[in-house]
Amino acid sequence: MACDAWREKLDLYVDGELAVPEAAAFSAHLRTCADCAADTLARVQLKRSVSLAGKRYQPRAEFRARMERKLGTAKPQRSATWWWRLIAVPALAVVVLSVAVNLWQSEKARRQRTLSELTDLHVALLASAAPFDVVSTDRHTVKPWFQGKVPFTFNLPELQGSEFTLLGARVTYLDQTPGAHLVYQIRKHEISVFIFQDRDARAASLSAGPVHTLSFNMNSWTQHGLRYFVVGDVGPADIEALSKLLRGAG
Amino acid sequence: MPLFDQLYNFAHWLTQDTSEAEDLVQETYAKALRGFSSFQAGTNFRAWIYRILRNSFLSSRTGLKTTVVFDEEDQETVSATEVSTPESLVIAQSSRELVQSALAELPVHFREILLLCEVEEMSYQETAQALSIPIGTVMSRLSRARKALRELLQQTFAGGAHGV
Repeated sequence: MACDAWREKLDLYVDGELAVPEAAAFSAHLRTCADCAADTLARVQLKRSVSLAGKRYQPRAEFRARMERKLGTAKPQRSATWWWRLIAVPALAVVVLSVAVNLWQSEKARRQRTLSELTDLHVALLASAAPFDVVSTDRHTVKPWFQGKVPFTFNLPELQGSEFTLLGARVTYLDQTPGAHLVYQIRKHEISVFIFQDRDARAASLSAGPVHTLSFNMNSWTQHGLRYFVVGDVGPADIEALSKLLRGAG
Repeated sequence: MPLFDQLYNFAHWLTQDTSEAEDLVQETYAKALRGFSSFQAGTNFRAWIYRILRNSFLSSRTGLKTTVVFDEEDQETVSATEVSTPESLVIAQSSRELVQSALAELPVHFREILLLCEVEEMSYQETAQALSIPIGTVMSRLSRARKALRELLQQTFAGGAHGV
């Protein structure tokens, strides 16, 4: 393709809007064309500058508190007479207690099963001859690739200045639910990041925080309705560092 | 409160005023709660709530004063071929404050599309939904917005250089 034809797609490329094969062809062109490479660099840098400069305004604490109060009271409230409450409250307490006990009993087994499934997915991907469906170190390529493939969207962190590198990603499944499986590298160790929708109430009972099992370290948390899992054979400090970057981006 | 910080940032950029931004965010949540039944599950929630915020802004006092852009005008083809000079590299690395004041100077329709694409990292599809415009318009308007921003920064840069 002639250079001019590529130039028309420069914005699409830096915005991660080109299809994977075309983006790969574009990257190959950039390695041979100094003009396009310089132009791309300028555009990427401008994009980054705007992204940083645009995060300018924070809501005032009083406004946040006011909105939280408003939205809290905005929920419809049932008018209940005192005797109805007298019966309903203890009944509800009994129901909640029995559900909690059941959940507590099944949580350990469930937690163990989820951890094993995630470490299996991590190891299976590393053992695969073609581990990724999208191979790119650029988050602006990887994130848009998931459009239409998983029923949610997420943000990936800027890795400049950190030791982590993004290697690629694929779609994965846990409990028949599609999710994103991303792989990062640090000092030749691969770390898997799984992102799923946190719509399952049972998933919420899965304890968050660091876990150590079978020499793998794992961290998990929920953010904006998504559940994140970070799994790898690196130390807990590296897992936490990557988790922090992801939390910052999410 | 989903997307509270992001919506506030966007509202403040649109209105350029703290109290107007707060009113706008409050109105957005109120409308979103009232109209939640009209939100179709499986469609993009983020684009939907940004569209509510933007429509509320356009019908507000400040919003009514902003220039209306006609899509016909917007559909003009924009040349993407701009030669990068070392100067534009310097512009691209301009300080955060310089970029912020240039963004504030841009017309609202350029400012909002840059914020959605660069800050919120929305795809063209999502941006099109949030702004209720076709994808082709997103592409041309974004290109023009970037060009306008580059020119503003270039002016600042040239002014600064002369001043030295």
